[in-house]
Amino acid sequence: MGDVFNILLLQNTLRTATPVVLAALGCLMTQHVNITNIGIEGMMLIGAFFAVLGSYFAGSWVAGLACAVAMGVLLGLFYYVFVIKFGSDEFIIGVALNIFAGGLTVFLLRTIFDVKGSFSDPAIVPLPTVEIPLMKDVPILGPLLSGNTLLVYVSWLLVPVCWAFIYKTPMGFHLRAAGEYPDALTACGRSPARMKCLASVLCGVLSCLAGAHLSLGYLRMFSENMSAARGYVAFACVIFGRGNPPRVFLAALLFGFIEALGLRMQKYVPSDLTAMAPYVVTIVMMVAVVLMERRKRKRSV
Amino acid sequence: MPSSEIVRFSHVSKQYPGTLANDDVSLSIRAGELFALVGENGAGKSTLMNLLYGLQQPTLGEIFIRGRKTGPQHGPENAMCMGVSMVHQHFKLVPGFTVAQNILLGHEPKKGLFYDEAAAIAKTRALSEEYGLEVEPEAVVRELSVGLQQRVEILKALRAGADVLILDEPTAVLTPQESEELFEVIRRIVREKGMTVILITHKLPEVMRISDRVGVMRRGRLEKVLVTAETSEREIASLMVGRDVLFDDLRTEKPAGEERLRLSGLKALSDRGLPALRGVDLSVRAGEIVGVCGVEGNGQTELAECIAGMRPATDGSVTLLGRDVTGCEPRAIRAQGLSYIPEDRMSMGMDAKASVAENLLLGRQRTPAFSRFGLHLRKREVKKHAQELAQAFDIRLSGVDEPASDLSGGNMQKVVIAREFTFGTPVLVVSQPTRGVDIGATEFIHERIIQKRNEGCAILLISADLDELFRLSDRLVTLYEGRVTGRFDTGGITKEEIGYYMTGGRQAAKEGDAQ
Repeated sequence: MGDVFNILLLQNTLRTATPVVLAALGCLMTQHVNITNIGIEGMMLIGAFFAVLGSYFAGSWVAGLACAVAMGVLLGLFYYVFVIKFGSDEFIIGVALNIFAGGLTVFLLRTIFDVKGSFSDPAIVPLPTVEIPLMKDVPILGPLLSGNTLLVYVSWLLVPVCWAFIYKTPMGFHLRAAGEYPDALTACGRSPARMKCLASVLCGVLSCLAGAHLSLGYLRMFSENMSAARGYVAFACVIFGRGNPPRVFLAALLFGFIEALGLRMQKYVPSDLTAMAPYVVTIVMMVAVVLMERRKRKRSV
Repeated sequence: MPSSEIVRFSHVSKQYPGTLANDDVSLSIRAGELFALVGENGAGKSTLMNLLYGLQQPTLGEIFIRGRKTGPQHGPENAMCMGVSMVHQHFKLVPGFTVAQNILLGHEPKKGLFYDEAAAIAKTRALSEEYGLEVEPEAVVRELSVGLQQRVEILKALRAGADVLILDEPTAVLTPQESEELFEVIRRIVREKGMTVILITHKLPEVMRISDRVGVMRRGRLEKVLVTAETSEREIASLMVGRDVLFDDLRTEKPAGEERLRLSGLKALSDRGLPALRGVDLSVRAGEIVGVCGVEGNGQTELAECIAGMRPATDGSVTLLGRDVTGCEPRAIRAQGLSYIPEDRMSMGMDAKASVAENLLLGRQRTPAFSRFGLHLRKREVKKHAQELAQAFDIRLSGVDEPASDLSGGNMQKVVIAREFTFGTPVLVVSQPTRGVDIGATEFIHERIIQKRNEGCAILLISADLDELFRLSDRLVTLYEGRVTGRFDTGGITKEEIGYYMTGGRQAAKEGDAQ
């Protein structure tokens, strides 16, 4: 099985983990303001579509990313307006968003590109890969750490940035206060709603970037439902990592590893089984969280 | 006596849908005084202070702070700028944050983009020393006692540069010792720092002890402003209620009868699975009220639930009228002769969504008087019964068919009491009977409890209100960490002394003796 456990496995791990990392970073923002956002799945899908749209028509990956980010802002605001302003149920709005995203992308795929199922075209400009000058010649680490697409590096950078933002800046304090005890924030003259809006928009942007990585990262195509439940997995990672960016990152890497492993095991194991692996692991992870919490509580007693 | 005016309400009214919460209130508060604002629940004292703090806008009239009129955009931010701050009954603290983070929330010191932790801790220390309010800046608020949390809340207000501090029922959640410390703090900031403190409360003994002047509110109107030194508790109370209130000792001497309820070595776990009762021995005889006092969370809730059969005992026994009822179902225990008034009337005492009539019926619905073959309710009888009880217990309602949740707290409690008291059982367990209930209803409920006792009922009274316990009980026991730490005849101990036992004092003393 030497062809399974090699450097390519780790490379694939990083690739498959990246969209989950980005989406999970978005999701943890809303988690910290106490919104259970399962709409990231739909946000990702819409992000993936609009990244292709921008890249195809403007002939530049920058335009693709800009399109995805713009949709992210819009979706974040949409989510904020319905959940916080109108006080609708966050779960229902999340589900609605996911169903809406599925329908919208299929509809637009047909009306704009006149195709069914998936759209790929040489005119779609993919995200650039970044070669790190000295690093790329290092054995083993070189091919792993160099030559990935732009968003892979962005996601790595965002992990400490998000951590510092949430735990080390006043703005991050206000964000957490808005989730943990909004009255405290109101009492000092700040608006919890504004922090929730910020979190929601950040979540939209990061989720759409995750989508952009799906469609422009390695594939250069958009296909129906290409987010394939990664949004839910990202959500599970946030719960698993208790909203702490580095831990969430590790959880996402674990997920990426399992998926990559599954893909590469297809030679030996039926693909129906390997495709199940990430979700089985997700369930195992959630059970582990519950057990760990229980043990922790016991120990504190 | 400082006399310069710092806050003035001029003909202020506040209209809520359906009620006039403040009705033409004019009041002047002087700089550097300790002003107590008293009144029953719903008298409008909190509303008035919310207007001053900018949480709401007056419908009519004007408010001046240091001669400056507050505008229509007056909000907490603005109030703080003008030096007015408020400590709410429910603390506005983020439980997961440290003391320093909470005190400086919204005004964090920064180093570049980041929160400057060292500066925040230094600032908190400085503030804490300036006012003599000791806190640990790095402690997480969740892990502090209620008294300390309140201290953090006060520091937060002081940090904002407040010189008018509004305290909304600050002692409601404190032990006598903690209250004492709080009064010390209040005195210090008033006398030494020249601050103005407005104290909202309905505990008259505190008003008498620490305030300079007292304003009495009733039904939205400011009845009268009195100089504390020139008035009496009784005068204030009658102004509050609008008639004379008898604050007499209600107890009458009468020997207690045979033992009716006995707990021996009772042990039980809390909801979290921790030991909540660690071997309680207690007995209640006919015609006496045994009061259980303790700081909340020391096993009172579990004690009542154990007796009522709602929580399994892990060890020990409950004997009711000579029969061991340990492990019996609530219904069997009730049938054996116990009525129970739970501490949380909303979730345990009644079904808030059901009508008042249905709530008054609960527990009797299977009896032939109210149902045919225990299957079909006799609606007319149910309604008649409810109307009779409502009248007998002075429950104020628009109709017995209205949902119980529409009633005020006091009237809800009267519904529970009316139901439980009319079962005519020989034993009563009464938990927090007057929590959140106004003075008028409290007086009524107290009279009913005493009446029950005089009829020969054995009553176990569990309360967080020491005044209530001292007023009603024949004997008192203190509960600390699930153990009885002291037993007293009511006449034989003072409130201050008992506080010592409520915080485990006797145990500490005992251990000291042993060494």
